[in-house]
Amino acid sequence: MNDLFAVVMLLGIYSLLSASFFVAMDAVDVAFTEAAVGAGISTLLMLVVITMTGRKENTKRHKPFLALIVVIFTGGLLLYGTFDIPHFGSADSPIHNHVTPRYINDSINEIGIPNIVTSVLASYRAFDTFGEVVVIFTAGIGIMALLSVAHHSEDNHKIAAVNDSMHERYLVIRIVSKILIPFILLFALYVQFHGDFGPGGGFQAGVIFAAGIILYSMLFGLSITRKVISQPFIQIISAVGVLLYGSVGLVSLLQGGNFFDYNVLLTDPVAGQHLGILLIELGVGCTVTSVMIMIFFNFAERRELQQHNNIHNKDLES
Amino acid sequence: MDVLLEIIASLCLFIGSFICISGGVGILRFPDFYTRMHAVGVTDTLGAGMILIGLMFYSPDFLTLSKLLIILLLTLLISPTTSHVLAKAAMQNELKPKLQQKDSDKELNSSNYS
Amino acid sequence: MLTAATLAIFIVMVLAIIRGIVGPTLYDRILAVNMFGTKTVLLIALLGFVMGRPEFLDIAIVYALINFISVIGVLRYSDTNKLKHSASDIETYEKEH
Repeated sequence: MNDLFAVVMLLGIYSLLSASFFVAMDAVDVAFTEAAVGAGISTLLMLVVITMTGRKENTKRHKPFLALIVVIFTGGLLLYGTFDIPHFGSADSPIHNHVTPRYINDSINEIGIPNIVTSVLASYRAFDTFGEVVVIFTAGIGIMALLSVAHHSEDNHKIAAVNDSMHERYLVIRIVSKILIPFILLFALYVQFHGDFGPGGGFQAGVIFAAGIILYSMLFGLSITRKVISQPFIQIISAVGVLLYGSVGLVSLLQGGNFFDYNVLLTDPVAGQHLGILLIELGVGCTVTSVMIMIFFNFAERRELQQHNNIHNKDLES
Repeated sequence: MDVLLEIIASLCLFIGSFICISGGVGILRFPDFYTRMHAVGVTDTLGAGMILIGLMFYSPDFLTLSKLLIILLLTLLISPTTSHVLAKAAMQNELKPKLQQKDSDKELNSSNYS
Repeated sequence: MLTAATLAIFIVMVLAIIRGIVGPTLYDRILAVNMFGTKTVLLIALLGFVMGRPEFLDIAIVYALINFISVIGVLRYSDTNKLKHSASDIETYEKEH
């Protein structure tokens, strides 16, 4: 299959399929993330990249037989390895005898929220999650360092003409999106603050919020979206998210507990846990939203620059 | 009363599944893009709607019911929109529908048969 | 009946995948992905009821929204793909203003 567009479409299907698989396996939070990240954001980013690089895969000059043999061999080894894994759902597999019983039995007393995934993610393993947030933040910085382009105001209306052609041609989409975008943003906030009780949390909410804003920028053009949300504002918000997360840990350290020990935040330990989880989920949400928007903006800006250069070259030729 | 609700719900689910499957057969068997789009666009909205209405009878509490209602509204809004936009984009990018054979071809065919 | 409906949706998803792989034109593939997305929404909603966990419906809502966004994205970026096309757009734009 040489058409990269088709590959991206199939990737979207794969993502939807694997999410239904996660749902069938009762891993609701993972399915949520897969829905928001795999089917939504990554498809969009790949599409933007494809419009820049071209739709056809380059013809291969080498014969990939050796690679095929290596892949088959490795796959065979992995399959062989799965024979030693305990059966699915077996009660005496090691993972069910280590920390899982403690999480399931004690988390409702210690942390007091029904969704155990959130309590593991945000409280028991808060330091790991902090690492993940920092990774996302670093990804944002890396994208900015590699891809960001200096603004030049000349010929802006030409770019805008290419960009805004979408919403002028598609009246129906414009109206339906205007109805949907507030709902998407509201739903993202619901996912953010309902994460304690049902599936969801900062990561998913951030991605959904970003998807709403990306929808807006796809329809009405980057230049208009930048008037709503400017680049410096996103940069500040992404840093504020990480800072909020880290400072919750520092405050608990100063109160005499361990790093990310929310019990000491308030006099009542369970209420302290609630407050800590709320704050760090908020931090995660801020960082993820702004980094996703930042990545999309930078990719789309590169694309605009390329289009602008192409148009410019055409003008010179004619 | 419960039995009646069960029957209505099952009927809705059955009709919905039937419509969905006919849409699936349509997307596989129809000859060109626009007819496939017709199969999907028509059956997607109605089939999904019937299944969601069927599920509403099963819902245990008000929250579930309202979530199903939200999904139904979203489907009613999104599904026709995407069909419309897809057809419009295909038309603008000069994807021609597969039309009926020309009359001269037909005459040729019929003359062959006679 | 719930299980039967789930199976039916599953069959439709398989049919949509076949169209997505075979699909001669780009738009057939987009159509298949769109259909697959709506069917995933239904499948997840049905699975939630089969397994007795109606909170799965949150994911179904996310799917409905994300599906819309990704289809719009696909159309947006498959549309302005041809630069010739967009250059002619600019000419008309400049004539109008």
